[in-house]
Formats: sequence, structure tokens, C-alpha cells
Amino acid sequence: MDGKGIYMDNHATTPLDPRVLEAMMPYFSSVFGNAASRSHGFGWEAEKAVEAGREQVARLINAKAKDIIFTSGATESDNLALKGVVEFYKDKGNHVITAVTEHKAVLDTCKALERKGIARVTYLPVDQYGRVDPDGVRRAITDQTVLVSIMHANNEIGTINPIAEIGKVTREKGVLFHSDATQGVGKLPIDVDAMGIDLLSMSAHKMYGPKGIGALYVRAKSPRVRLAPIIDGGGHERGFRSGTLNVPGIVGFGAACELCRTGMADEAQRVLALRERLREKLFAQLDDIYLNGHPVHRLPGNLNVSFAYVEGESLLMGLNGSTHPIAVGETPAPIAVSSGSACTSATLEPSYVLKALGVGDELAHTSIRFGLGRFNTQEEVDYVAARVVHEVRRLRDLSPLYEMAKEGIDLKSVEWQRE
Amino acid sequence: MAYSDKVIDHYSNPRNVGSFAKDDPDVGTGIVGAPECGDVMKLQLKISDDGIVQDARFKTFGCGSAIASSSYVTELVKGKTVDEVMQIKNSEIVQELSLPPVKIHCSVLAEDGIKAAIADWKKRRQPAPAAAAGKR
Repeated sequence: MDGKGIYMDNHATTPLDPRVLEAMMPYFSSVFGNAASRSHGFGWEAEKAVEAGREQVARLINAKAKDIIFTSGATESDNLALKGVVEFYKDKGNHVITAVTEHKAVLDTCKALERKGIARVTYLPVDQYGRVDPDGVRRAITDQTVLVSIMHANNEIGTINPIAEIGKVTREKGVLFHSDATQGVGKLPIDVDAMGIDLLSMSAHKMYGPKGIGALYVRAKSPRVRLAPIIDGGGHERGFRSGTLNVPGIVGFGAACELCRTGMADEAQRVLALRERLREKLFAQLDDIYLNGHPVHRLPGNLNVSFAYVEGESLLMGLNGSTHPIAVGETPAPIAVSSGSACTSATLEPSYVLKALGVGDELAHTSIRFGLGRFNTQEEVDYVAARVVHEVRRLRDLSPLYEMAKEGIDLKSVEWQRE
Repeated sequence: MAYSDKVIDHYSNPRNVGSFAKDDPDVGTGIVGAPECGDVMKLQLKISDDGIVQDARFKTFGCGSAIASSSYVTELVKGKTVDEVMQIKNSEIVQELSLPPVKIHCSVLAEDGIKAAIADWKKRRQPAPAAAAGKR
């Protein structure tokens, strides 16, 4: 706990692991060559570093190194997968299947394809925990379907989809399968062969690597996946993604993958224990709180809770500020988490993910996402639990809804005066 | 997003939090907003027979700016006549709290809240119209 506070928003981004930074450092200064320079040692050295990084990234997901295409991050990877497949296979079909809880990088890409009239998209519903039904995927596939895109783990609620089962369906039907695995890669075992994945998006900064570098896994064999590039130029990355390679980024990405791969089993267990400790403390001390997402099929570090009658942004404000000293530390550190409340989004709409689960808007407004990660400690969890309990109680004392609920008024029967 | 010092002050030390008995004939209660919109304000004004706001209370479900807007408005109304209270504009709240454009709806809700409270108080002060009730 330092002056900047406690970081528990590891789904947004993760801090760079100091070991990753150390690995990257030479590539900002002495080893500056262009990996595409074939005529001298500066280039050869950079290329060697890139290929070592590619190998490390590939190993984490049980892929072949040459199937890894480096991009600027998962958003670009999602764009390349969806737009690239739809464009390349336009003579085969124009139908894409995805789910309503996907990240905006997938959903908005799908909408762009629909708007341009080049694809027809089916948005599958999810169950009350946010999971996609593999049979639903099966039923949605038509002879026009070229791609199924289903995320591995959701960024808001941490729900993990039955990826291997969906992969089985797409294999059987001969349809390509893309998975945005940005949140799950490095946290949980992912095996593109065992899961039947043909394209997979990943991002270094969600796994203690640097920002601005990511990858798209593109299966080269059985089946061979073809893509139309969205960035044209010098023909880098098998022609799928032109542009001079981000050598320090790739080195850092590789190092981050290696750390995740070797430490995964221990880390998943440790982070899960912290998450469960936080959950138990909150549920033991507060009434009227609800877990969003799946109780079991969930990222180890994700806890998404609705604190009924307390609007999420007001709770964030309380946790962010250090204006309410309580007897935990001498100067309460601010806490960084996020909310599904409308007030924290640009659109003033509450979380579309929670809506898809059937969580009412009134509870979606009260949701908080805790994202635990590698560098969180038990001491931090205890502190966060105490601060959250304190703030929720304080804000409930301010809440007319809590007062009405405690008076036995059914809030759903009230005729609210809407703006 | 950064909050103004005044929003933080009202959020951290809200003024006049609480509830008056709703059936007190001197009390007007306004409840505005809706839970699914993320904002509900309950504003209560205690008004003397000569139409002066003696005291005010609020409870708010909403973001920090909504809490601050309702807290500030409870300070603003005290000692004012009913007519003066009806003249309060949301722009005064926006200015005092330096609310950004995305939070202007919080000030609008606070203005609506006090108007609803006054309307409620006026309604309560009217003698029960027995004849009118009979017509229905």
C-alpha cells in the first residue's frame, strides 16, 4: 500500500512485471535494429529477439510460433480476425455468430460489418451467469456461416465460456472459430489444439506485459486459416499485418507469457484464494448484495458484486478518495476498482453485459468489479473489504431506496417519476 | 474523471441527511428519479405557516454529483420563502458545484426535487375538497 493506493482493477490493465521491464530494457537502446533488416547484424539481433518472443507467446497457448501474428493489441486482433475472415471468405458465406456479452472490440466490429452490408451477424444470448450454450452455437450455424467468435472469459463478470465444447461444434460443422481470450490468457490454461480454436486474440498488458502489443493466433494447418489484411504495407507477419515490428514490446510480451506459463498454477490458486477471501468478507458483513457472473466458471481474479441501493459511481468515489479515515491504516489509501454503473460509462447506459444476464438496471447501477491480480496481497484484500463495507453502509444511510426497502416498501411497485 | 472540491466536500460531509415524518402537515416531500436510471432523490422541506422553509432533509441514491446537488440544495432553500424556492434554477447548482455537462442532469433532478416537495406541501395544506370528492 503506497501513496497511490491499491490497484484492484486488473481487468482494465495490469502493472508491468519488473522482470518483464528488465527483459525489455536493452531493446529500447542498444538493440534498436529493425527486425526486417536482413542485411546487417542490427536487424539480425532484433529478428532473433522477435522470434524468441514469438516462441514464448506460442508456447503459452500450445501453438506453433509461426502461427502468432503480432498486432498492437487485442482490439486490433479482433478486428483482423473478424474483418479478415469475412473479407477473405466472402465467396463462401457472409454469416458470423457471436454473443451479446462480447467485448466492444468484437461487437462494434460486427456492427461495422453489418453496416457495410458485408456480413450478417447472429448475437447469441447467454444464460443467467453469462455463459454461451454450445448447442445454441450449433443451432445458429447455417451453410452461410464463415466464423464463430466467442470470448474465452468475460472482462466484466469473469465468466468463462465452454470454449472446448464450442470448438468441438465448429470443427464438426467446418466453421472457423475465433476466441477473444484477452482476459484468460496467462491466467488459465489455454490450448488452441485441444480447444479447437482457429483464431485467438491476446494482449500483453492484461498479463503484466507492456501496452501496445498483442497477437492474433492464426492457425496455419488443419484447417489453414486465410485472412485479408486490414493493414497493407511491407508484408510483415506473413502479410497479415504490415508494419515494423515493436521489438521491445514483443520481447516484453514474450517474457510476460513465459512468467505466466511457469507460474500459472500457483498464481491462479493464490489469486483465487484472495478473491474468495474478499467475497466471503463482503457477504458476511453486508446484506442485499449479489454476485454477478458464474460462481465457479469464473476468472480467479474476478469478483463482480451488486451492492443494492448504493449507486456504483458514488461507491467508487468513496473508495477512490481518502476522505473517510477508518481504523485500518493511518492514511487510508485510495482503492482502484470499476463499476457497471451508467455514470461511469460514456453512454450513460448501465453495463450491457449485466443486462444480458437479466440483471435489472437498478442493480446494474450498483455493481462493482474487483479485479485481483499478481501483485495484490492478503493485507490489501482485508483493507479493501473493510473500506467497502464502511462506504456501503455510509451510502446506504444516505439512500432513500435502502430506507424504503427497510420500511418494507416493494421498490418495483413504486411509481417513479422518470426524467 | 475529476470532481470539484465542492462536490467532494458535499459528498464527504453531506448536509442535512435524514428524513422528516412524511405525515407531518408542515413537511413537503419530493421523490424524483428512478432506480433503473441510477438516480433517486428524496428532498423534504419543513415549511412554516407563513411559507418560510425552516429546515430541509435529503436522501439520495446516485452518483457523487447527485449526492452533492441534493446536499447543496438543502442548504440553499433554508430561510427562503416558498416563492423564492420555486425560483431556484438548476444552473445555480451547476455553477456552485462546477458540474461538468455530463452531470447537469443531477442539478435538474435536484431542482425537480424541491419543486416536487413544494407541490406536495401545497397539496397537503389544501382543505380536503369534500364536494369535489363527491363528484367522482
